[in-house]
Amino acid sequence: MSRLGYLPLGDHLAVSAEPMVRAIVRIPPVRWALNLLGHVTSGRGLVIAVPYVWLALFFLIPFLIVLKISFADQLIAQPPYSSLVDFAEQGYVTLKLNVGNYLFLAEDALYWKAYLRSVQIAFFSALICLVIGYPMAYAMARAEPTWRSVLLMLVVLPFWTSFLLRVYAWIGLLNNNGVINNALMALGVIDQPIVMMRTNFAVYVGIVYSYLPFMILPLYATLEKMDLTLLEAAEDLGCRPFKAFLTITLPLSMPGVIAGFSLVFIPALGEFVIPDLLGGTETLMIGKVLWDEFFSNRAWPIASAVAIAMLSLVLVIMSFQHWLERRAAAAR
Amino acid sequence: MQEGRKPEPAVVEPWKDPGAVPYIRIQEVTKKFGDFTAVNNVSLNVYKQELFCLLGGSGCGKSTLLRMLAGFEEPTSGKIFIDGQDMAGIPPYSRPVNMMFQSYALFPHMTVQDNIAFGLKQDHKPKREILDRVASMLELVKLSSFAKRKPHQLSGGQRQRVALARSLVKEPKLLLLDEPLGALDRKLRESTQFELMNIQDKLGVTFMVVTHDQEEAMTLASRIGVMNLGQIVQVGTPSEIYEFPTSRFVADFIGTVNMFEGRIIDEDNDYVRIASEEAGCTIFINHGVAAPPNAHLCVAVRPEKITITHEPPVQIGENCAHGIIDGIAYMGDMSVFNVKLDSGKMVKVTRPNLIRHAEDAITWDQRVWLQWDPASGVVLTT
Repeated sequence: MSRLGYLPLGDHLAVSAEPMVRAIVRIPPVRWALNLLGHVTSGRGLVIAVPYVWLALFFLIPFLIVLKISFADQLIAQPPYSSLVDFAEQGYVTLKLNVGNYLFLAEDALYWKAYLRSVQIAFFSALICLVIGYPMAYAMARAEPTWRSVLLMLVVLPFWTSFLLRVYAWIGLLNNNGVINNALMALGVIDQPIVMMRTNFAVYVGIVYSYLPFMILPLYATLEKMDLTLLEAAEDLGCRPFKAFLTITLPLSMPGVIAGFSLVFIPALGEFVIPDLLGGTETLMIGKVLWDEFFSNRAWPIASAVAIAMLSLVLVIMSFQHWLERRAAAAR
Repeated sequence: MQEGRKPEPAVVEPWKDPGAVPYIRIQEVTKKFGDFTAVNNVSLNVYKQELFCLLGGSGCGKSTLLRMLAGFEEPTSGKIFIDGQDMAGIPPYSRPVNMMFQSYALFPHMTVQDNIAFGLKQDHKPKREILDRVASMLELVKLSSFAKRKPHQLSGGQRQRVALARSLVKEPKLLLLDEPLGALDRKLRESTQFELMNIQDKLGVTFMVVTHDQEEAMTLASRIGVMNLGQIVQVGTPSEIYEFPTSRFVADFIGTVNMFEGRIIDEDNDYVRIASEEAGCTIFINHGVAAPPNAHLCVAVRPEKITITHEPPVQIGENCAHGIIDGIAYMGDMSVFNVKLDSGKMVKVTRPNLIRHAEDAITWDQRVWLQWDPASGVVLTT
């Protein structure tokens, strides 16, 4: 009841109408609103509210708009979709949900092929990142402490240049008359330029190159804090160093592996810039499909349905990852 | 302090037998890290079934010596033999040695059972044998019902026992223990000390313990090697180390001691008289000393070997000092008196509290007399 004190009700009103006010205050929505008000007006509540407000404004509301559009009909109008709620005659309010966009996604092979290809490319990119990143993170974590910060900075250094510019730079490297082909031809290794641009290969190169730091950093974090006496203990018990790596280091670095893998896999899944700039017609990734639907076909409802479906896919993958992490945590 | 270790038959003091072959031979071993010499020309023989303690402060080189035995460090010079085999160039995983780490280093992702079985699995022992040996080890350390637990679900004392079981299960020729009881609280420590000794008796494994805790060393060890600045300064049984320290460092490091500076005024084969201004009297010691006449030296007297009285003794003379009580520490079982001698020297005296509320209780600012036996003083020339 102390929350009442925050309300500008005036004492005389509160006294005379106290039983009624008490009853009203107990109604759940009113109670919640008052609680919220009480929390927000306290200093701690304000601090906590900032990220919530941020997420609500820039994530939840846009998401709801996209969700709404995904159930609309496509129109040739401004905006290019129908509204869900109509005020019909005689005081009726009609809610019209078009599930056809989702049915269309299921029917047209283009979409699920694009999803499948995205998952495939994202998965193998993450795997390649893991294979390249693990030795790098391992070497960093076992380097002299004075060297570690330098190596760490080298890993983060590419972020100082725009992501887009770095992807463009790969065009210059992979082109038929790019740096790599020219160098190989000058050395006489090949006569004809190797076609690398506009292939899946180029997309893999682009994704692996761009996302490698996201694999290395969590791996480095877990490997660096590992207790090295565990390896001495293993060796002391008759375990050779390589086997000690397999039986001790690798299982203990699983949280880093899972974190790094999802940090590469999830953004790579919806990647648009890299397949658009480096990929060809064969790289049918869902981000590119979405872009085409939205901008080329102005099919906002379909594009929104594609986005929602992809978000659901990511949610499924993330809950699987969460389950893996919990299992890994329980194992320790 | 020397409770616990039961009087052992003569055979169990192989270091006194000139014909005994040492099980572990450390020969002139030196270990340098850059300019820093961690272990400086150490030679040491340890015999089979001994429980040898390396005792010293932090940075004295005791851990480095232990790590050289385990194979984690190679000596810069010198040789190490275990059971007659030269250990040079033999990696840790091929040595007949196991180690119990100070942090226990249990594998956090494995159960207690898997932790203990780890060493046996490396030797590709048959499954049946592994299970049997792990089970008997668990029984030995009284953890049978904890086999399926993870290390983080155990208490400190239980973890310590898992670590011990894991290092013992391979039946090593030599077990190295790095501060085995350091992380346990006092009560647990005392019970674990005796458990450790029982296990060692039962299995007959040679133990080498590193510790900075003199009490731990005193209770556990058959012999102690006191280390300082990378060198072993004295090797002996706990009572030898305590009663007959050979240097000021050892006397001071083990237990509490009162040191009186003095000068030899009279000596023979079987006695020595030392004039000490600090003590304010002549100190008479009933054994001879290998020191030149008039040499300046130091007499060490343990606090519990001094008797403290209100009344002057019948015969005031040698080994008899007097002063004023400057402080009292009541410890329950005994009291520690800080006595300020006329020379200004502070002397520590302990007295067991045999009677509750003793009538002759000694309190602050009283004048007291201190006496000790001619056999109590130890002459230290270095």
